[in-house]
Parts: sequence; C-alpha cells; structure tokens
Amino acid sequence: MNGSRKVTVATSVLLLLSLASSVLLLRRLDQVRSHATLEEVLYFNSPKWVKRLSLGYDGLLADIYWTRAVQYFGGRHATGTADYNLLAPLLEITTALDPKLVVAYDFGANFLGPKPPLGAGQPDKAIALLEGGIRNNPDNWKLYYNLGFFYYMERKDYAHAAEAFERGTRAPNAHPFLRVLAAQAAQHAGEIQTARMMWQTTYATTHDDLIRKNAITHLRALKVDEDITELEKLVARYQQQTGVLPPSFNVLIGAGILRGVPVDPDRKPYKLLADGRIELQSPDDFPFVEKGLPPGYTPGPPKIQ
Amino acid sequence: MSRVLCIAANTFREAVRDRVLYNLIAFALLLSAAAVLVGQISIDIERLVVVNLGLTAVSLFGVVIAIFIGIGLVSKEMEKRTLYTVLSRPVRRWEFVVGKFLGLARTLFVNTFFMAIGVFAALLYVSVPHRFQSSDAWILVALYFIVLQFVILCSLALLFSSFSSPLMSAVFTFALFVTGSFAEDLRGFAWMSHGLTRWLATGAAYLVPNFSALNVIGQVAHEQPIGTHLIAYNTAYALAYSATAICGAVLIFERRNLK
Repeated sequence: MNGSRKVTVATSVLLLLSLASSVLLLRRLDQVRSHATLEEVLYFNSPKWVKRLSLGYDGLLADIYWTRAVQYFGGRHATGTADYNLLAPLLEITTALDPKLVVAYDFGANFLGPKPPLGAGQPDKAIALLEGGIRNNPDNWKLYYNLGFFYYMERKDYAHAAEAFERGTRAPNAHPFLRVLAAQAAQHAGEIQTARMMWQTTYATTHDDLIRKNAITHLRALKVDEDITELEKLVARYQQQTGVLPPSFNVLIGAGILRGVPVDPDRKPYKLLADGRIELQSPDDFPFVEKGLPPGYTPGPPKIQ
Repeated sequence: MSRVLCIAANTFREAVRDRVLYNLIAFALLLSAAAVLVGQISIDIERLVVVNLGLTAVSLFGVVIAIFIGIGLVSKEMEKRTLYTVLSRPVRRWEFVVGKFLGLARTLFVNTFFMAIGVFAALLYVSVPHRFQSSDAWILVALYFIVLQFVILCSLALLFSSFSSPLMSAVFTFALFVTGSFAEDLRGFAWMSHGLTRWLATGAAYLVPNFSALNVIGQVAHEQPIGTHLIAYNTAYALAYSATAICGAVLIFERRNLK
C-alpha cells in the first residue's frame, strides 16, 4: 500500500467515525436541551416589525411562520401541556405577513379556541383572528362559517353564531347551507340536531382528511349523546310505570319499551347501572361525548377516529 | 506534526498581514458606541444590550472572517502558484489541509480573544458599580461556544474550497451556516413528517451542522447558567463534526488533479 492510499484509507475511516460520533452527540445534545428548543423563541413578536424585516419576501416568511405555528401547536398538543403562550403571536405574525392565508385563520382559530388539552383555551383570540380573516378576505364564506361554528360550539353564543352565518350568506359563492344554518342557529339553538348539521356541513365542505376525521369523531359523540338522552328517558318512563329502576336492558325489552340491547356506534352495548345511569363501555373511544361517562372520568388527549 | 504547525503559523501570519484583524477596530467602535448610547436612551437594559450586541458581533464578524478566508485557503494558493512550491517540498497534502485549518482557527481564536476583552470592558463600563458579577463568567462559555462555531465553519469552508470555486464555496458555507442555525427547526419538521420525507428530513437534519445548540447568547444575557453536560457535548460535537469535514476535505484534496 503506497502512502497516498494509506492516507485515503485512514481518512475515510476517520471520516466515518467522526460522522457517526457527531450524529450520536447530536442526539445527546437534543436530550440535554430538551427544554430549550428554538420553537420556544419568538425573535420578534411585533407583526409590523417582522413584515418590515421580511424585505418583501413576506409570502415565504408567512409560510415559515405558519409552519412554526403548526409545529408549536402540534408539539404542545402531543405533550398535553396547557401552555400555548406563543401560539397567538405566531398566528398574528403569520396573518400580518400574508393576510390572504386563509388556512391560518381557519386552522388557527381551531388551535386557539378549544379548551386544553384540545386547544389553547383562548376563545377571544380565536374570534379576533377569524374577524381579522373576514376583514382581509370578506368574500370567503368559509371564514363566516367558521366564526359561526365557533360561536355556536365553543361559546354557546347562538345569537352571534346565527349572525355570523347570516353574514356569510352574503358572500359570493356562499354555500347554500349557510342560510339553513343561520335559521337553525337562531331557532333551534343548543339542539343536537343543529350541532349534527354543522358537523355534517364541515365534513361535506372540506377536502382536508384530518378535518373530516374530526367531524366524524364529533358526529359519533353526538350520536352517543343522543342515544343516552333517549335511553335515560326510557329508563325514567319504566320507573314511572313500575316504581323501580330496571335492573337490565332485558327488562326494558320484556316490557316492550326497547326492541333490543342498545349499542354505541362501535356496536358495543351500553351499560345500564343500578342507579339508572347509562354508561359507555369504552369512553376513551368517544372523545367529545358529554354523556355516558363514569363519575370522575378524565379524558386523555382525543383520538381522532 | 511540525510541518502542520509550520503551515498553520504561516496561515495565521498571512491573515494578519492581510489586515484581517482590522475588524477589531470596527468592533471596538460599535461596542463603545452601544455602551455609551444605550445608557442614555434606554432604561435598565445596558448590560443586556452589551452582552447581546457584543456576542452577536463577535459571532457575525467571526463568521464573515471564517467564510471569506476559509474559502480562499486552497484556491488562493493555487492561483498564486505557491501551493506547488509547498507541495514540492516534503509536505503531504493532508498536512497542508490540516495546517491551513489550524491556522485559520488560530486567527479566529485570537480575533475572538481581543473581542472578548472588548465585551468585558464594555460590560465593566455599564455595570453599576463598576465590577463584574459571578454570572458574567457564563459569557466566557458563550464565547467558547462561538469559537466552536468558528471551528466548524472553518472546516466547512475548507471542505468546499477543496473542490469548488471561492464564490461557490462562500455560497455553500453561508447556506450551511444559515441552515445550521435552524437545525432544530429542521429536526422539528422531520419529527412532524411521515414516510420518505421523514427519513430525508432526519438525514438532512443530522448532516447539517447544529449551530443552534452552540448559541447561548440569549441565555447568558439573562444570566442563566449553562449546564456542564451541554459544554461537554457541544465540545465533542464540534470536534467530531469538524473532523468529518476536514477528513472530507483531505479525501478530495488527495485525489484532486493540481495540474
């Protein structure tokens, strides 16, 4: 082996060793710095300043900030933390850089509004974001729909929800269903039927797979709430007729009140408890349900079905 | 080894002769102006500004020097034909590359040393009373990390200059510096993506230098301590990464046709 060949072999071995070491060390560094990632840092928190500093490349910068907002929310959501301090500023900067980035208003409000662990629990900021989106994109009917939806579901503010849907009907190419929703929100506020209609509209008008899955998860939860409300009424009727609570669903079937053992959307039978309450067999499979949960049940992060 | 050190010494001497250290004057003016001005126009952020501005300036001046001298280390020698004189003597090509790297690293170390004196002098000026605090010692750690950044950048500049033109080497090195500064974001993207994209993003995230772990300016400005583990791992990482780049440069330069 000549001298040059020796150098080549030795350098190649050293290169591989040092490359492997640097990868391993980087992994160790990530562990050491697990609480000091860049996502916690907002270099400039003034949207105006960021826009000025973007030197005209604001479109690209908006995309970067939007990606960071998604990462920030995703990272926090995965760890189940309730602290989303940087989310609103990140979204403000994103939409200041690109006021036409409808997706940032659309998803951003859904990140900001819901209570933790589903979201940041900042409904006022979510509404402000959507109102800002509407100001910048007055012809986009989906923003009015989202605002109405948000008022209805998160704030239970049916009057404002109806108003937002109604404003949306005036946008060009607005979905005809908005008119129905405006009327429903005004006349049948708080009813499961209205909520179901909204989620069905969400399912039908989105191309995003994740939103569709989310809509299905909510529709499943509404079905459970509706079933349990109905079953509780039947149990109460039986108690009124006989003076005692039914010990099982079979008794209700024998009395001609039920046709068969009721099942949840996963075909698992509901549980009838001694005190007359109805419970789900697997509440973890039904995030967002309001009924049929064991006493003291704490839901984990929702699993989108 | 003496041949490597000899080349390193000459590289340093050449940098001094090229008036590279003149940047120290600009640095001193900048820092003095900041120390005097901020005290008059703002409230209670004098120390913060001196540390932030001082360390950022040390870093940026050094990055510019590392890139613009590093890219010319090989090409300039070829252009001036001095490389042939050196290699016609009993000097191996790898010794030339390693010597050049050490020479540039020394230049940057000396530059940083004088700038560090400036930072501490300005800090002393703005501190009330005029004395150092124990937390100021963390600034030394931040400066040490900045030197580690330079070591990585030098090796990258040398790697690119071993096969590319000076202009392209500058572009490549600067691009890696920017990408490396957002290395943790890159790993964040990798973590959030799926399938082939995840593999590619993870590969890229480990291949680019991680400058973000070496940036503790914000931390020391707020007088937060730096863990010993971080110091140890950053040192080992910077050495391992630079060794990788230098080995790459040696491998390319060994096979390069110099005719």
